[in-house]
Amino acid sequence: MSAAGQVGIVLVSHSAQLAVSVAELARGLAGGAASVPLAPAGGLPDGGLGTSSELIAAAAREVDRGAGVAVLADLGSAVLTVKSLLAEGGELPEGTRLVDAPFVEGAVAAVVTAAAGGALDEVEAAAEEAYSYHKV
Amino acid sequence: MLDTDFFRRWMTAAADAVGREAGRLTELDSAIGDADHGINMQRGFTAVTAALEKDAPDTPGAVLTLSGRQLISTVGGASGPLYGTLLRRAGKALGDDPEVSPAQLGEALRAGIAAVAQLGGAKAGDKTMLDALEPAAAALDESFAAARAAAEEGALATVPMLARKGRASYLGERSIGHQDPGATSSALLIAALEEVAR
Repeated sequence: MSAAGQVGIVLVSHSAQLAVSVAELARGLAGGAASVPLAPAGGLPDGGLGTSSELIAAAAREVDRGAGVAVLADLGSAVLTVKSLLAEGGELPEGTRLVDAPFVEGAVAAVVTAAAGGALDEVEAAAEEAYSYHKV
Repeated sequence: MLDTDFFRRWMTAAADAVGREAGRLTELDSAIGDADHGINMQRGFTAVTAALEKDAPDTPGAVLTLSGRQLISTVGGASGPLYGTLLRRAGKALGDDPEVSPAQLGEALRAGIAAVAQLGGAKAGDKTMLDALEPAAAALDESFAAARAAAEEGALATVPMLARKGRASYLGERSIGHQDPGATSSALLIAALEEVAR
């Protein structure tokens, strides 16, 4: 892994709209994040609810700049599909990691950190830290 | 010994069974899941049979790894990565042998089941596919018929269980009294194995 580019971020949801919206929200709240390679991978290729390994792999390739790719996923099959692609090897770009984080809060933290030039470890840590912010 | 054609026929028989029982799987899934297990499995296994015809893999291991890969890329729900991992890992365990023994198949299935348990973080008793697969794999060394009976019993045994994994786990106590759709489709897969072995 080189420090050549920014960390890429992939948002995997059961819903295409949700993935796109969270990406927009994260970019919007992360001012100056226009340059962060960020791709939503939501729903099935036909637009239905579900998880598509092809959309995930395509999104990861699209955002890979050689500095690693942080993948955030919402629930169930989204998490399991990413894990099984990682376990298989060769399906996702070198340096792709599933980040253990809440989907919305984690995405915002990850994009802000990537925009600031953070390395993959820092992006991952920032996203995971979002779990420790309790609302009540 | 079991050859490549045996494994191809197993996957085809599984696809037929899934197609036949898709309605029932979805009905079970509408009680405690998101009502798509039948249609998802049908989509996946339709892709499996198409891929087996097109690519004609030439070892038992290759039949299973190709099938698993199709399931991961086409199912769209949690059963995709779970069944995909089961078959791919079992396929890898079989290696490049042109023929395998039933004992090797048992070993390979147990390796696949261990990978599924690790992927989903589930164990026997959590009301998942493992409740059918684990007893089936254990009984496989005895006979295919014993494996089938064990899988079917295992699926039935999920009825009184409390779901601890997946969408059904959100229902808590209300998941009790329903047969697990994943354990049911697993029993179909093992029944298809017994059919082709007859």
